[in-house]
Amino acid sequence: MSREDEKNSINMLEEGIYISPKFEKDLLPEFELSREFFEEIYSMPGGEKVKECIQCGTCSGSCPSSYLMDHSPRQIFAMIRAGMRKEVLESNTMWYCTSCYYCYVRCPAGIKITDVMYALKRFALKDKDMKVPDNRPVRFMECFSAMVKRYGRNCEAIFTILYYLSTNPFRMLKHAVMGIKLFIRGRMPLIPKKIKGADDVKKLMEYVEEMER
Amino acid sequence: MIKYAYYPGCSLESTNKAYDISFRAIMYHLGIAMKDIDDWNCCGATAYISLSENMAFTVSARNLAIAEKSGATDVIAPCAACYLTLRKAHEYMMEYPEIYAQVNSALNKIGLSYEGTIKVKSPLEVIIDDVGLDKVRIAVTNPLKGLKVACYYGCQLVRPRHVFDDPEEPVKFEELMKTIGADPVYFPFRVRCCGSSTILTYEQQALRMSKNVLLSAKREGADIIATACPLCQINLDAYQRRIEKEFKIKLNMPVVFFSQLVGLALNYKYKEMALDKSIVSPKKVLEPYLHSQEEVKEGK
Ligand code: SF4
Ligand code: SF4
Repeated sequence: MSREDEKNSINMLEEGIYISPKFEKDLLPEFELSREFFEEIYSMPGGEKVKECIQCGTCSGSCPSSYLMDHSPRQIFAMIRAGMRKEVLESNTMWYCTSCYYCYVRCPAGIKITDVMYALKRFALKDKDMKVPDNRPVRFMECFSAMVKRYGRNCEAIFTILYYLSTNPFRMLKHAVMGIKLFIRGRMPLIPKKIKGADDVKKLMEYVEEMER
Repeated sequence: MIKYAYYPGCSLESTNKAYDISFRAIMYHLGIAMKDIDDWNCCGATAYISLSENMAFTVSARNLAIAEKSGATDVIAPCAACYLTLRKAHEYMMEYPEIYAQVNSALNKIGLSYEGTIKVKSPLEVIIDDVGLDKVRIAVTNPLKGLKVACYYGCQLVRPRHVFDDPEEPVKFEELMKTIGADPVYFPFRVRCCGSSTILTYEQQALRMSKNVLLSAKREGADIIATACPLCQINLDAYQRRIEKEFKIKLNMPVVFFSQLVGLALNYKYKEMALDKSIVSPKKVLEPYLHSQEEVKEGK
């Protein structure tokens, strides 16, 4: 280990990021990247709290989806601090989060866990080298924002059809009966309404996209 | 000046018109004026925040800015997801000056700005805290005596912050149901998640979560589930047949909006409250209260 690296790792320890010696060797090449990763997480609103996780497991125990996740929420926090960027961003954990905020209200360290899950989704999507384990949630978001960009609102029927076409059209057949039942009861209007300010909404969205590029 | 600006949200325009119809009716009945936010746009729900935090806050803030400009002080968002999204946009703007500045610089591009004077409220909050249960009690003419209602809060109405009620042991929904004469039943899954939008992405998981909620209410002897969230209603109602098939259970549990039940207690008709829009028909369990309506009519 060079002097420089040693100094770096001491700095990180001081910041509350624990790196076990066993991992340290493998991690060094990724050092800079990982560092950026912590910083990105720490710099999001409320993100600095991530350092204060006491690994109590309350989040994992409260989470309705943790049994399906590659790594439970508690594990994710340990991994974030251990700098396991790739493992975190390629896991399915955040994609199984339903935003139920159960962990959020119970975490004794006051970590905004649900917000961290959103942030992990964003990081995974932004980094083209990361393999997202499942494209369905991504298609979901893409179809959703396409609808809003165009009409200013989301027409649920069209959105659902678009989404199924872009993922698995056969699944749509399974839901045909339900769709018809909803339609009969006037709950499936098929014509999207465009709002007057649709262009304004599009402008807003493009402006933010531009700013973040 | 009308104090309340109303933000229906996309789902109340299409799949859950029943919530919109019944809520507008009971507000009118209780004498509370509200005005739709002019040309409102989709709040982005959980989709945008996974793409870009700023995008999510900016898109939501357009609605808040328009409401603020119209002179309103409160925004009523009936959909629990809209409620949380709009409130979150407001809170984060107030808490973090960077976000406030960024969102406003985007809004300025379309000639708007948001100062931060709006309070975002859910319909339950408005009816229980602002209008008051006493006023509701006086207005009730068709009390739903003996109706066992399971009050399903779901997630985003009471979490993440303790604003309207306790995040884990809320009580106000039950109070409202008592006020209209019904018999609320406590069931363990009342603040658990129904699976929300994962019904489209990870269907099996969402079906399982919805099943837990339905089964839990059934076991406690509920006749009907009342909810305040359109997403919950769709998952529990429209997918109920699928759940029955998938898990080989019999449920037949009607799921309606709290506002529909309140409306019924205010002596609105079954159809006026759009109760016929539910997939699992609530007709049978609500029959006793419809009869008394007929009698009232005949007695006239
Ligand atoms: S509940 Fe909070 S402190 Fe406990 S393990 Fe989870 S994130 Fe860490
Ligand atoms: S918010 Fe997400 S991570 Fe937290 S308990 Fe709910 S599903 Fe699990």
